[in-house]
Amino acid sequence: MSTAPSRVIETTIGLEIHVELATSSKMFCGCEVAFAGEPNTRTCPVCLGLPGSLPVVNERALEHTIRIARALNCDVASHSFFARKNYFYPDMPKNYQISQYERPLGAGGVLEITGDFPTRRVGITRVHLEEDTGGSLHVGGSGRIADSEYSLEDFNRAGTPLVEIVTEPDIKSADEARAFVTELRAIVEALGVSDVRMEEGSLRVDANISVRNAGETEHGAKVEVKNMNSIRSVGRALEYEEGRQRAALVSGDMPVQETRHFDEKAGTTSPMRTKEYAFDYRYFPDPDLVPFEPSDTWIASIERAMPELPVHKRSRLAEQYGLRPADIGILTTSTAIAEWFEEAASAYDGPAQKVANWIIADLFGLCNEAGIPLTECKIAPRQLAGLVRLVDSGSISGKQAKQVLGGMFATGDDAALIAEKEGLEQLSDAGELSSVVDEVIAENPDAADKVRAGQMNTVGFLVGRVMRKTKGQANPKLVTDLLTQKLAP
Amino acid sequence: MTAGSGPPSGDGLVWRTATELARLLASGELSSVELTGALIERSDAVDPGINAYLHRTDELALEAAGAADARRSRGEAASPFDGVPVAYKDIFVTRGVPTTCGSKILEGWVPPYDATVVERCHGAGLPMLGKTNLDQFAMGSSTENSGFFPSRNPWDTGRVPGGSSGGSAAAVAAGAVPWAWGTDTGGSVRQPGGLCGLVGAKPTYGRISRYGMIAFASSLDQASPLTRSVEDAAALMAIAAGHDPCDSTSIPSPAENYLDGIDGGIEGLRFGIIKEFTGEGSQPGVRARVDDAYTRLEKLGGTLQEVSMPSFQHGIPAYYLIAPAEASSNLARFDGVRYGSRVAGDTNIVTMNSMTRDEGFGAEVKRRIMIGTYALSAGFYDAYYGKAQRVRTLIIQDLRRAYESVDLIVCPTSPTTAFKLGERTDDPLAMYLSDVYTVPFNLSGNPAVSVPCGLSSDDGLPVGLQIVAKTLDEKTMFRAAYAFEKDLGFAGSPEGRPRL
Amino acid sequence: MDIDSGTVDYVARLARLALSDEEREQMRAELSDILEHAGRIRALDLDGVEPTSHPVRLLNVARPDEVRPSLSQEEALACAPAAENGRFKVPRIIEEA
Ligand SMILES: [Mg+2]
Ligand SMILES: [Zn+2]
Repeated sequence: MSTAPSRVIETTIGLEIHVELATSSKMFCGCEVAFAGEPNTRTCPVCLGLPGSLPVVNERALEHTIRIARALNCDVASHSFFARKNYFYPDMPKNYQISQYERPLGAGGVLEITGDFPTRRVGITRVHLEEDTGGSLHVGGSGRIADSEYSLEDFNRAGTPLVEIVTEPDIKSADEARAFVTELRAIVEALGVSDVRMEEGSLRVDANISVRNAGETEHGAKVEVKNMNSIRSVGRALEYEEGRQRAALVSGDMPVQETRHFDEKAGTTSPMRTKEYAFDYRYFPDPDLVPFEPSDTWIASIERAMPELPVHKRSRLAEQYGLRPADIGILTTSTAIAEWFEEAASAYDGPAQKVANWIIADLFGLCNEAGIPLTECKIAPRQLAGLVRLVDSGSISGKQAKQVLGGMFATGDDAALIAEKEGLEQLSDAGELSSVVDEVIAENPDAADKVRAGQMNTVGFLVGRVMRKTKGQANPKLVTDLLTQKLAP
Repeated sequence: MTAGSGPPSGDGLVWRTATELARLLASGELSSVELTGALIERSDAVDPGINAYLHRTDELALEAAGAADARRSRGEAASPFDGVPVAYKDIFVTRGVPTTCGSKILEGWVPPYDATVVERCHGAGLPMLGKTNLDQFAMGSSTENSGFFPSRNPWDTGRVPGGSSGGSAAAVAAGAVPWAWGTDTGGSVRQPGGLCGLVGAKPTYGRISRYGMIAFASSLDQASPLTRSVEDAAALMAIAAGHDPCDSTSIPSPAENYLDGIDGGIEGLRFGIIKEFTGEGSQPGVRARVDDAYTRLEKLGGTLQEVSMPSFQHGIPAYYLIAPAEASSNLARFDGVRYGSRVAGDTNIVTMNSMTRDEGFGAEVKRRIMIGTYALSAGFYDAYYGKAQRVRTLIIQDLRRAYESVDLIVCPTSPTTAFKLGERTDDPLAMYLSDVYTVPFNLSGNPAVSVPCGLSSDDGLPVGLQIVAKTLDEKTMFRAAYAFEKDLGFAGSPEGRPRL
Repeated sequence: MDIDSGTVDYVARLARLALSDEEREQMRAELSDILEHAGRIRALDLDGVEPTSHPVRLLNVARPDEVRPSLSQEEALACAPAAENGRFKVPRIIEEA
């Protein structure tokens, strides 16, 4: 996108994130919370909105919401209540959503995010609890709502507890937005309160984005971007939208307030049909429910039972294992990965950074290719530690180890077994190597002389020759030792 | 009033109270099947004239009666009232039995579950005789707003039985069922009780579960019995009262036995008479009867004193904002998607919803939905709904203050006796104003009972006295009503029943 | 308190009620009357008074997170005005008209 040279344009982004809680039962009834399944098999009078039915709050959903609120450094409301948000939609059985309005459970939080940008503190406006809607299937036309002939409603999802998290407009770029969602996802996952699977809709992100010339005090027209179904698409959609709005601002064709749909394939956003008038939700306290005044002791007991949050895990990993900061970031994107790493590290006596290197540089690649998460690969953490030990002992070379890892990934066998099966024993016999080293010295007299004259960086060249002669099977450390001995001045 | 000797039958039987019938069933003088049969016969005879029922369940009732008799013969009665039939206002959801709430919009709906009240009455062995008529969604004071037909007052079939629980009141008053359930949101049980010469008793809000009771105004609705005696009202209330985990607003303490000490008399009880209820606009015959009642209370050893309730003048405005506001949201679910009727089903969702609701709801329902939607809409919330919720606080405070110096409050149930069908249908506001004596106690949640205090001298129709107790003090309320009823001798006497 | 016909239309649309012209005019007159009466409390000065949404004050009512049996698909759809493939069928979904 072209930008006029002398012009500084600021981007402002606020996020609204919905997290489906992984409780056993729904928010206000005993129906099971589960993904997929035959339509309308997990409904009851309450979540179908049958006349006469009444909601009763799921206590664990409250606890989970308080966990999220506290993890985002929010204050937990001393007095909170549920309200009805009234609007008609066929996927909403009562034609109102039980939500929170005036008094959300959590408010006034902050989340610090880091990345290739100055550390950013993003304000958390509110964290509240509400119920999810059912799902619509649009029949006819392209399958999108706009040109469908009719729709079919399934209420299995209706009434699933949903936490809504709203940020202040503190986010300044698509990169930061991506980092925010990544961090939030890691937090929610660490808390164990949701599956946080964006593709399945258990974590849903909407964004408000606007641009303005630096120095202006008013925000530009707010554009709401919808349909971002992965962290990657949050980045792509907002990058696109940022560029589009910047170009519009520069050309003088000011962006307008609207809702835009992100097209995953095209990587672009396009306007959705806009509402004729602002919704008038007629919020009022739900007379079927009573207020909540969580006691300090209850909140404290929830806090005590909170697992380690990613931010704490990161500083602990730095201190305990001395890992590089960038690697810590990668290893803490999910609790499962961090756990996997820690298990491998504890099965290994040397510097944990070596284990981390293997995970990040090699194992992740294999997992990506296979399209599975680390936790589902056949290699157990202690087996990776075994591989690293095998390299350390000189039994196999680093290069051979990569081959062994491939075998382990395919079979789940131990490293030693695979090395043996594939004949990957490193040449570590000094006697055997000695003659090869002698040959190489004879073939490269100039280089040998340089080493004898004290030019030690030429040793590497000779080591390379030995490795080539042995087809990579020689133990490079042993070769270096032999060369330095033989060519001592 | 005594059980009499020899097996009672026919006419005598249908006028008995539930308590008397329970004794006959317990002694084996009467079987539930006989009783149920007699009531079915009575219903066949009188219902065409009063239109009390929307749906009769004769077969189910006889079946349940047979089961009750079998239990009794094994000595395993489910409760002291095992086998005494009951009817439900068609606002209570009944599994496998059509439930319409008096509205065309729910025609054809067969609920897959029972209301808690129904479940508890089934548990006590009460055969269900049917579902009674009501003003659509309980919105009205005459049953003329039923989506099907108006019910008629057994005392004068040219007049309304009151409402919204008019079908239940008409059925009990006509001898078609010994007792019945209604619901009281702004007086909907006390007022028809008063107009039909019956006892109508509203418990403390939260005392009886609202689960399965189709909501009109959630913060006001309470299930309430309509009976021929105070004792019956206390007994039926006790069957359903008590905590229900399915209703978040259900009071968690166990219910008391309201019959315990009901005959303790009223010597020394202090009765408050509301200064602001001057009787202006009341029918002279009603005022005379109520004044007599006050005198009788004094004669029985009670004392009278004036209490001031300045907030009560705002009761009607507050009620007619809060109830429609809650109703507008509660009734949003009737949209033609999941149950009930549907109109214009092949257009688009907005047209389908709007046409279904326009055709399915009656005028009064639409009027209240409109008022409520308006009162909650952006910009008006604070001025209307917010204000009304604050008036509610004032009403509660006034009552709390009054109860520092009195034990009970007494006032008329309604300003008039039963009015003629069609007399007030053109003026909704006038209809609303007739709830002036009942709505404050829905706003405050206090228990209140209407007990017959004789017939008005100007038209010979029944008049009700309202007795209001402190929150959760149903026992004192029933005790006073019982003493009054006994002393008056109206209930159970030939004068106390309509010539139908 | 006079309600104009634009307000009646707006409220009817929020409430999803397809009122006929006749109904609309009658509704306008009646709403004006009722709100005139109800509106008397608008003038009250109730600043220090807390609103009451429940007549009996209860707090912290919740249930344990336990699964209870659901209805079968057949039971759920038993009274549906229209259904297809185990789902409730509705006409084309459009935004507010
Ligand atoms: Mg939300
Ligand atoms: Zn459910």
